[in-house]
Amino acid sequence: MSTLTLGRALNAGLRRALEADPKVLLAGQDIGALGGVFRITEGLQRDFGEDRVIDSPLAESGIIGTAIGLAMRGYRPVCEIQFEGFVFPGFDQIVTQLAKFHFRSNGAIRLPVVVRIPYGGGIGAIEHHSESPESYFVHTPGLKVVTCSHPADAYWMIQQAIASDDPVIFFEPKRRYHEKGEVDEAASPMPLHQARVARLGRDITLLAWGPQVKTCLEVASIAEEEGRSVEVVDLRSLSPIDMVTITDSVKRTKRAIVVHEAHRTLGVGAELAARLGEELFYTMEAPVLRVTGYDTPYPWSRVEEDWLPNADRILDAIDESMGY
Amino acid sequence: MSALVGVSDPTDRWRSLDPSDMVQLLTPEGERVEHPDFSWQGDAATLRGLLRDMVLARRFDAEGTALQRHGELGLWPPLLGQEAAQAGAAAALRPNDFVFPSYREHGVALAMGVPVSEMLKLWRGTGQGDWNPQTFRFNLYTLVIGSQTLHATGYAMGLQLDGAEGAAVLAFHGDGASSQGDVNEAYVFAASYHAPVVFFCQNNQWAISEPTHRQTRIPLYQRARGFGFPGIRVDGNDVLAVQAVTEWAMARARRGEGPAFIEAFTYRMGAHTTSDDPTKYRLADEDEHWRGRDPIERVKTYLASIDELDQAWLDDLDAQCEDFGADVRRACHGLEVPDLATAFDRVHAEQTHELRAQKEQYVSWAESFA
Repeated sequence: MSTLTLGRALNAGLRRALEADPKVLLAGQDIGALGGVFRITEGLQRDFGEDRVIDSPLAESGIIGTAIGLAMRGYRPVCEIQFEGFVFPGFDQIVTQLAKFHFRSNGAIRLPVVVRIPYGGGIGAIEHHSESPESYFVHTPGLKVVTCSHPADAYWMIQQAIASDDPVIFFEPKRRYHEKGEVDEAASPMPLHQARVARLGRDITLLAWGPQVKTCLEVASIAEEEGRSVEVVDLRSLSPIDMVTITDSVKRTKRAIVVHEAHRTLGVGAELAARLGEELFYTMEAPVLRVTGYDTPYPWSRVEEDWLPNADRILDAIDESMGY
Repeated sequence: MSALVGVSDPTDRWRSLDPSDMVQLLTPEGERVEHPDFSWQGDAATLRGLLRDMVLARRFDAEGTALQRHGELGLWPPLLGQEAAQAGAAAALRPNDFVFPSYREHGVALAMGVPVSEMLKLWRGTGQGDWNPQTFRFNLYTLVIGSQTLHATGYAMGLQLDGAEGAAVLAFHGDGASSQGDVNEAYVFAASYHAPVVFFCQNNQWAISEPTHRQTRIPLYQRARGFGFPGIRVDGNDVLAVQAVTEWAMARARRGEGPAFIEAFTYRMGAHTTSDDPTKYRLADEDEHWRGRDPIERVKTYLASIDELDQAWLDDLDAQCEDFGADVRRACHGLEVPDLATAFDRVHAEQTHELRAQKEQYVSWAESFA
């Protein structure tokens, strides 16, 4: 058992994956001597060499495209995209090539490629450094999309993503990189694509992932003081979505709010609202509400705390839902 | 008068070719010539083998076009005119090499042993490739222009990491693809890692309706130097020169001497695809010029001139072509349409609950008509 930040837990998970399988490679910009702009790969090139931890030319499409070729040759590349705003030069290779080879080849080609993407806001950054583009990837058949919210998940989920024979988009909540938690390296991790009840409650379910899980847990504590029992479900996997855990929770609480930083329209919240409507129409006491980023481009950082879902907006939504 | 320089700006490089700019070992007139740096080692029987490859590739292509015209294929991209570029390149491959095609390399696919039934699935609408690339060392066709050059480079990096001896990658793309970001990134990655990949550009002069000078204002092979590896132009309609140049490039890649770029200067004698109409954008005299540079005729002329081509051999080739044509048509008509229900199982290595549910939904809907 160790106490690690989320960033160090990712580093430890990557290290363990590199040790476990000689076919695992890391590739990305500045991930070698520097250890990445967030230092997630710090020390790994020193310990595993330049052939396992590969500094890439500054070209995202090239990083993904060559990872596809490496995977065809039997490797398990883990690509680092420096910030989510820079994934789009590589988007075509992800959506058009990486996601489709298994389908097109009738399973003859498996591409166990992981694309690590730091995402989300709240760090006072300049433009293109605070966005939440998960919906684009969730909307693409052939990809799996996961995101961790705390150090233990970071440690295990990155290893599980690397072990997966499917391409996995791995979103890392950059705002939580420095937050600490317990990591039990001897534990048996839960399945990669299973949601987790982060806090039990009776009155309402908050559905969240990545950076917003912590916000929702804080909201649940505040609400408890006000006499409301709030359940928090950490989705962990956005594609596929574990509807079993989610419907189990909402069947009990009969109310649900989705909280995400991504823009509202066609965000994952829309999918969750639709599925809960289809599955629990007669059970729920209120429509599924959404607390999300607005449908504007991510704004200048001095106003981002008002743009992002925050405790106040979520508590308002809880009041609204309970009012039905 | 337009502000931008238009594509009609007549540079006409196909008219004003400087022969010293291009490796050639067999002239359009069928005359064998020597080159100071490249030679073709082979006897008349070997050359007849290449002739046979080219003639069968042309026949396959003619069948593809005819099948499309008969409504049996949704689309067909003809290779007519590019037989030497493809047969010559394929002849330079060794057993451990791997090929990443674009989508017009039917001649290379035949040489690599991909069954015609597999190749036709994509165009008939009964599949999206389907063959196992590892079995044939020939990747699936890639329709998004240039994407495969990065896959090829990554695969070549894998060969390097494996310490694979005597293996290299041959990546095909066209003149239009030379403008794509991915292709330029592939050059950068290949050069940076010194990867054993050879970029084989079939410059067939036209990217659908746009002439090569819309893509580049210098000869394409000269671009390679800027990326840090050798580039060379070869007469793409000269099967001997193509094989010689490709063997050189692949050999140096296999020896660990890094990437190379080959510009095979050729011509798409037909349409871009069966949906295209080249009469709208190019002149008849250009077609006429290139008909005089036919890749097959010059080999026949040369072999005949050295008394190595007799009528019995040609008659036998004709008979092989007829049989092969019948095989292609039979293979096409015999393709089964896979049930849509199988699509759900192909998406992931590890199936998801959601896709299982959607499959069940589809199957029960489909069965409701039974």
